[in-house]
Amino acid sequence: MFRRLETGARGRVTVNVDGRPVEMEEGANLAAALLEAGFSPFRTTPASGAPREPYCMMGVCFDCLAIVDNVPNRQTCLERVRAGMTVEIQDGAAAVAKAEEEL
Amino acid sequence: MSDANCVDLAIVGSGPVGMAAAIAARRHGLKVAVVDEQPAPGGQIYRDVETADAGRGAILGADYVAGRSLAEAFRESGASYYPSATVWRLASDGLSWSAPAGGGEIAAERILVAGGAMERPFPVKGWTLPGVMTAGAAQILLKSEGVVADDAVFIGCGPLLALVACQYLNAGVRIRAILDTTPPQNRMAALPHLPRALAAPGMLAKGVGMLARIAASPVAVSRRVESVELMGEGHLAAVRWRDPQGSHEIETERAFLHQGIIPNLNMTMAAGCRHVWDERQLAFRPETDVFGRTSLAWLLSAGDGAGIAGAKTAALSGEIAAHAVAYDLERLDTPSFEAATRLPLNARRRELALRPFLDALYRPAQGMRVPEDDDVVVCRCEEVRRGEIARAVAEGCPGPNQLKSFTRAGMGPCQGRLCGHTVVETIAALTGAAPEAVGYYRSRMPVKPVTVGEIAGLSFENNLREKSHG
Ligand code: FES
Repeated sequence: MFRRLETGARGRVTVNVDGRPVEMEEGANLAAALLEAGFSPFRTTPASGAPREPYCMMGVCFDCLAIVDNVPNRQTCLERVRAGMTVEIQDGAAAVAKAEEEL
Repeated sequence: MSDANCVDLAIVGSGPVGMAAAIAARRHGLKVAVVDEQPAPGGQIYRDVETADAGRGAILGADYVAGRSLAEAFRESGASYYPSATVWRLASDGLSWSAPAGGGEIAAERILVAGGAMERPFPVKGWTLPGVMTAGAAQILLKSEGVVADDAVFIGCGPLLALVACQYLNAGVRIRAILDTTPPQNRMAALPHLPRALAAPGMLAKGVGMLARIAASPVAVSRRVESVELMGEGHLAAVRWRDPQGSHEIETERAFLHQGIIPNLNMTMAAGCRHVWDERQLAFRPETDVFGRTSLAWLLSAGDGAGIAGAKTAALSGEIAAHAVAYDLERLDTPSFEAATRLPLNARRRELALRPFLDALYRPAQGMRVPEDDDVVVCRCEEVRRGEIARAVAEGCPGPNQLKSFTRAGMGPCQGRLCGHTVVETIAALTGAAPEAVGYYRSRMPVKPVTVGEIAGLSFENNLREKSHG
């Protein structure tokens, strides 16, 4: 489990993580806050449905993708926590189906 | 396009290179825009340096805290700064960027790509499992959030692995084990470079201090690790490895991997400047002159993105590149240019003295870069395994670009960043060709995946802008 060394001076806000309310520090790195909250996996792959979690934390690997505020394919390691945000696991196969539907 | 969007120099990235270049270019009176994907300046090396408090500074060390003054000077430089903005197109006329709240274009005389480094892919069995991340990712969690994991196993080779382990020890976080994959013969290979490295005694002492700190700690260290396998169903559960003593296994839910760092190439590759294979660093890099000019007149690249050299060198290279842009745009005459570059060029030469020694000492093992087990996933995005690549090569696939249609390797959202070097070296190993001859993925625009909506939104916005500015 990931844990926070010190609780910061930032205010606490509620984020809806897969249907349950989770308290997070406002402005925190979203992927970090999700790891701390035990959100797992972040997504499954389109090819085989394998589970994935953040690998690089710097925007290059795309394994931290999740559905943020109903938008799929958001790189959570590049986002900050905002009050009232919703985060859902991104199911790889479903995401592909949705993209094909849109085309 | 409005005046604010026309600049002399557009800089991609606000790490040490981007910040130092912006500061220097502003001093010459250039109009500068800096675009960066991150929400705050600092790059990965000084990530969140503006907001880290004294406690975190103490854990991370003086080298990290030193980034704060650079970030301050950058904020005051007068460069326009676009945080949280992803560049998805760059060309001789400028660049296009997108952000969740919209996007735009910046017309520029010159573009400096300061893309920095990323960690070298470490393709072993199970490296895609949840619970496995890079040592750099663990360090980012610590730097920007003070978030850590107890009882992780650190695996790999390179100064960053030891640095993160030391930072964990400073923070009082338990480490399960360190598995060192550095090939034992590296020491002999590094020896000839030692005299030159002694010209930078400060850096060398820091490295020795880190290793001593780990040796004095209760952490179990296994050396000469020859193979690594990460195991688990749906999540990491154990690590298995082989060393001269035999085969071992320990349970763990977290592993941090590292095999050194390589230039982050997507921007320069997409821009289309010439790249060369650097055999000493086992990576492609854009070909540049000492000032950072690439084979394209409008494009410069400096810092780790142009060849790994470290943060201090990166800041100097950024400054040098800015002087070159000012000179090329005729804002500086020859004597002033020579005067401006003399000190940073000399300082950089001193910093670089250690590099050949480090490159030799931490040269990652062939087996950790080029998998031989057909089951190992090479392309994480499309889940293409080593066996499929070997089959494609046997069927006559000549190179990385053709491999995309054979296997889909490199076609996923990371656009080949996490498999590029593995694919090149695997094809080289299979065919006997040199990596230089094998070549790298040709990247295309958009450099990063953007939605059609973002592109449509952009042209709409520009139409509006053009209208309002007549
Ligand atoms: S964790 Fe790699 S892109 Fe976010």
